[in-house]
Amino acid sequence: MVRLEKLSEEERKHLVEAECPTYDMRPWVEGPPLNQRRVALVSAAGLHRRSDRPFTRDTGDYYRVIPGNVKGDELVMTHLSINFDRSGFQQDLNVIFPVDRLRELAKEGVIGSVADFHYSFMGAHEPKNIEKQAREVAVLLKKDKVDAVLLLPV
Amino acid sequence: MCTRAVGALSRFFEEEGVPTTGISLVRLHTEKIKPPRALWVPFELGRPLGMPDDPAFQKRVMVAALKLLEAPAGPLIEDFPEDVPASTEEVITLACPVNFAQATVASEDAEQLHESLKSEIACLRAWYDIAVERRGRTTVGSSGLDVAAIGDLIYSFLQTGKLESPRNDIPPTNLLKLASDDFKAYYFEAITAQPGQEYASSQALTDWFWDETVAGKVMMAIKNKYENSEDRALRGAARGFLVPREVARLRKR
Repeated sequence: MVRLEKLSEEERKHLVEAECPTYDMRPWVEGPPLNQRRVALVSAAGLHRRSDRPFTRDTGDYYRVIPGNVKGDELVMTHLSINFDRSGFQQDLNVIFPVDRLRELAKEGVIGSVADFHYSFMGAHEPKNIEKQAREVAVLLKKDKVDAVLLLPV
Repeated sequence: MCTRAVGALSRFFEEEGVPTTGISLVRLHTEKIKPPRALWVPFELGRPLGMPDDPAFQKRVMVAALKLLEAPAGPLIEDFPEDVPASTEEVITLACPVNFAQATVASEDAEQLHESLKSEIACLRAWYDIAVERRGRTTVGSSGLDVAAIGDLIYSFLQTGKLESPRNDIPPTNLLKLASDDFKAYYFEAITAQPGQEYASSQALTDWFWDETVAGKVMMAIKNKYENSEDRALRGAARGFLVPREVARLRKR
């Protein structure tokens, strides 16, 4: 953003005081050059296909699968927060989930290929709550031979 | 709070052996969580790629984030050097024959309010249809309800404080949230199809919706009427599902 100094005092306080977990490990995985990598998008915007279930506050309801060949008109957003702009997403899916751009980068040879599956989490949950399912998604990503994930907040 | 979630996801994936890079909207959260690689961008919440309908700009952001995968060591946070161009804060006027400004939420005008809301929804329909045709998509539809039905649902909720979900598979308060999101999306998609509004800033659109539309007035009235209700579910819905925190704060009664 979000430049913190541009926000109202109340909104700035809200972000500054948000509790963030800290971790001891410093994970770092190497890979081939970018033009040989298989890339998946993982969004925290609460996106899913129109035919899929809306996100809820229920325990365990943390992510949805988005097929790599998804069309823009299939995706809706049911993130639980109402405190961020959605007008950009309404105008252009790629401002939040740049799947068209990713396909173009593959065609142009900037990246190697596009994954068969992308994922969308509902980013309002506490990080510790989503950890178990995140690790499950990591296994799925590896099975898809993904060696680069681009993470997208909202 | 999504930058927080994204930072944590990045760590969890990487610990499992999947290389990651990501965008950070709130630098402070990324500095604390320390994901392996992050590109901080100076854009507003809700727009991690910065500019709608600007593929070249979006691609510059993406490539800058992806290039971090080739960095020799981390954790690292790089700052994206560009900001989005300053938007022109146009005043939006609704090209519609109904004088919505006359609608009030006073109880004696309840019928007039409902009629004004229905007219407003109807007269935005043509612009909404144009928007869908032009963009080839719509973000309306997560509640599964028709927009006219959403208008009736929200109006009725204002009057009674009760929600009867027309969908058996979704609890009433969840449906209110989805219907409210759909309702706002319908208005925003419609108004941005009108001439001259295509590049309206999120702030101009927010001001238009909450200050000039009947829909905005009705939703604000629900919040004001029920935010201190003794009914926990009603209170929670009124506070959290309809009016953004900053919008409510700036328009306190």
